[in-house]
Amino acid sequence: MQLRAENISFRYGKGDWILKDFNIELNQGEILGLTGPSGCGKSTLAKILAGYERPLGGSVELDSRSFPSKGFNPVQLVFQHPEKAVNPRWQMHRILRESGCQDDSLYRSLGIEESWMKRWPNELSGGELQRFCVARALTRQTRFLIADEMTTMLDAITQAQIWHVVLEYAKQNNMGVLVVSHENRLIERLCDRVVCLRDNAAGRT
Amino acid sequence: MSEISAVTRDSRNSKFFKFIPGLNRRQRTLLMIASSVLVLAAVIMASLLLDNEKIATHFDEKNLGPSLEHFFGTDWLGRDMFTRTVKGLSLSIYIGLIASAVSVVIALVLGMSAATMGKTVDRVITWIVDLFLGMPHLVALILIAFTLGGGAKGVIIGVAFTHWTSLTRVIRAEVLQLRSAEFVQISRHMGKSRWWTAFHHILPHLVPQFFVGFVLLFPHAILHEASITFLGFGLSPHKPAIGVILSEAMKYLSTGMWWLAFFPGLSLLIIVRAFDIIGENLRLLIDPHHAHD
Repeated sequence: MQLRAENISFRYGKGDWILKDFNIELNQGEILGLTGPSGCGKSTLAKILAGYERPLGGSVELDSRSFPSKGFNPVQLVFQHPEKAVNPRWQMHRILRESGCQDDSLYRSLGIEESWMKRWPNELSGGELQRFCVARALTRQTRFLIADEMTTMLDAITQAQIWHVVLEYAKQNNMGVLVVSHENRLIERLCDRVVCLRDNAAGRT
Repeated sequence: MSEISAVTRDSRNSKFFKFIPGLNRRQRTLLMIASSVLVLAAVIMASLLLDNEKIATHFDEKNLGPSLEHFFGTDWLGRDMFTRTVKGLSLSIYIGLIASAVSVVIALVLGMSAATMGKTVDRVITWIVDLFLGMPHLVALILIAFTLGGGAKGVIIGVAFTHWTSLTRVIRAEVLQLRSAEFVQISRHMGKSRWWTAFHHILPHLVPQFFVGFVLLFPHAILHEASITFLGFGLSPHKPAIGVILSEAMKYLSTGMWWLAFFPGLSLLIIVRAFDIIGENLRLLIDPHHAHD
């Protein structure tokens, strides 16, 4: 399986082109890094690849087919801010179960405690919430994980713990991971291959 | 800044119970709600307990001023005004409850569908809202009530179908905002349908608007019920309704029988204010930005 974006172009409204004729591909089991300075379109690209935004030109294909518009999306995106990614009026166990059932060992390895399940999102810290968001995205149907600054606001130990679990899971399930970050050290540690966005985006001023 | 707003809110909110020491703001708010509910319950109970015989005609005790035997006096047919007022108020509360419940449901359905069912539906619904907001409430209300032949049915339907507009706008705006929230989009990408997310993600966030909208619509409904009855398009004259009492009292005011209009009017004001207080204080309790104060 391959996630491939061909000649995609994107801009918000009538603004400057953020992406112009950009190409990127992510293979199964590959850990790909995406870097670039702030505001260069990393998050926009992540959203396009996961189907949250439609490119104005070009196409995003999964296995040479266009994206499924209904049903579970095999490309899951984990956002930077977990507080916004969970419904504040849902309890944690319900948030976890929304993506379908998973195994308890994954929760345990991510450091999710049983006692957190009955809590509300505003009773957990950002790091604790992000573990739930990661666990929610890692289902059997997930073929690609796009981590948009997934661990940026976490401390080094929590970062290491979460990435360890994610990489282990990716290896076991042959899942492709796109690591979007502006932390070069992290990208170097994790990734097999790195794409720098500034080099590729053509036609930018 | 926060201190200033806290002080002003405090003084507006529950200065009535300030004199009781040892209560925090939350307890005072709850006390306000409880006492308002008690007033409303007392009116309904009293209307059930009071004898119908008292509002029958008694020509031997007509045109009496307020006394211990007749708190609000009697009218030109010798009917006890206190009994008429209490029975009228409970009828008004009943009409107000039904009418505001119906209009809140209309607002919820229209607001949700405007924001979830696409651009054309949204345009049609906002157009209808603008249309209804553009003409005076009372005119539409009279038209509907008159077409349906007056009576309690006409009043209820009339009030219900003219009061949903502003709440519809609020709910539509809220749904539009929630629909683009990250957790809703994530849910869509987890294969949940539009309706599933609307019910499970968006609806729980609308409960405060729904609830408070209901309570705030209630005084509107009662006042409009009273005013169209006063104008003669509402309930029939033999019913003990506040609007009927007030419009009849108008004819006798010039003869110096001030109690006919004064006490029923004052009671209506108190009931409306009681509901207003419940709505205001509930909003303070439920609104997430104030709930932990």
